[in-house]
Amino acid sequence: MNVREIEASAIADAVEKLVIDANYYLPEDVKDALKKMREEEESDLCRQILGDILKNADIARERQQPICQDTGLAVFFVELGQDVHIVGGDFRTAMDEGVARGYTKGYLRKSSQDHVLGERVNRGDNTPAIIHTDLVPGDKLTITVCPKGGGSENMSALGMLTPSQGRDGVKKFIVDTVSRAGSNPCPPIIVGCAAGGTTEEVMLLAKKALCRKVGEPNPDPEVAQMEREILEEINKLGIGAQGFGGTKTALAVHMLTHPVHLASLPVGVNIQCHVARHRTIVL
Amino acid sequence: MTDKVIHLPLTDEMIQDLHAGDRVLLNGIIYTGRDEAHLYLCRMLDKGEELPIEIRGAVIYYVGPCPAKPGQAIGSAGPTTSGRMDAYAPRLMDIGLKGMIGKGLRKPAVVESMKKNICVYFASIGGAGALLSESIKEAEVVAFPELGAEAIYRLRVENFPCTVVIDCYGKDLYKEGRAKYEVK
Ligand code: SF4
Repeated sequence: MNVREIEASAIADAVEKLVIDANYYLPEDVKDALKKMREEEESDLCRQILGDILKNADIARERQQPICQDTGLAVFFVELGQDVHIVGGDFRTAMDEGVARGYTKGYLRKSSQDHVLGERVNRGDNTPAIIHTDLVPGDKLTITVCPKGGGSENMSALGMLTPSQGRDGVKKFIVDTVSRAGSNPCPPIIVGCAAGGTTEEVMLLAKKALCRKVGEPNPDPEVAQMEREILEEINKLGIGAQGFGGTKTALAVHMLTHPVHLASLPVGVNIQCHVARHRTIVL
Repeated sequence: MTDKVIHLPLTDEMIQDLHAGDRVLLNGIIYTGRDEAHLYLCRMLDKGEELPIEIRGAVIYYVGPCPAKPGQAIGSAGPTTSGRMDAYAPRLMDIGLKGMIGKGLRKPAVVESMKKNICVYFASIGGAGALLSESIKEAEVVAFPELGAEAIYRLRVENFPCTVVIDCYGKDLYKEGRAKYEVK
């Protein structure tokens, strides 16, 4: 077995570029989903808004500036091959350095603040990176960034249901969360959700579900069916783009499930606005 | 739908002519302000100090822009969630604030104050910060520079696109639009 060495400085450089690109370039799958929604939406006002949103993505790309001013906290999903050896520095420092440099050089907004319990002070460099790491076979390092804005993150929810509430209870909890959020998370939205596991696992899965290509169903037909039903219910709410009233509110519902304790039914919902930024690099 | 072109500052007559659902293009001076700036303004009022901006007739845009690149007036600058300013907004309307730009729901107390003081609440498109920044021609920090992106900026806007979401009669596009399309 060979151990592959990756320089910490290479990680920092990759992350610097990754956070900038993620904030400037809206992924094509998101754009396609927005175009499809514009065709299907019945409200004139919402169609106009969806057109403006698509135009915004083009302007951001051309002018090399952030799609949205809330360039988020820098959330990462990392898959670290177990045959990788990071040399020349430590992983955490490299990730933070990449974030600090990217947010500064890319003219991205720094939203990370210290003193959560008192007089808040902006940290000035948007660190620390929020990192979720999985150890995987192989000798590659895969880093995905999903910058997450406050507006949509604030609308997320955790429900500790009882097993007797079952499938219908899960569906109701997710749809109610979207209903309550209304116009706040900048609809159209993508709904990341999960059922099962534990409190922390279910919330992590709900966010992870957002990394999937927009509209790609869960491979499990039972879960995919649930995704379709929830999407239909959400679009019936009438919220529409920006909450102005329309026939389309969500671009997609992405769900993940996890084995669960016999006494529990955790449900996690993570709402993602239409600025669904995600970008991956493999080292 | 034709957009209504508005030249700021807003007068009561102009506001009374705006209705929930109208698309407007704003021209003139607006101020930025979000969580911390509102807190600071209200603290100054508590102490009886003079505010650093002329609040009478003003429009406040709830935004924390990105830094400007060289050659730009401002970086991406879309709205933030207005509900977080609900605790402060009625107090500013009582002393002359005429318009707010943001996104998202407002509390009943804000709507009541808007009716009483003849104010209007606009939404600009959440998540369209790059597009919106093209309508912002000048930006200058006028208060609380220590707050960085949260400082109060004076912006000169040209044809800045917004939608009236709550008018001075209390009509709310978020409620009415949704009711129109909701399938029970
Ligand atoms: S919710 Fe999304 S689109 Fe809206 S301001 Fe936040 S990051 Fe931007």
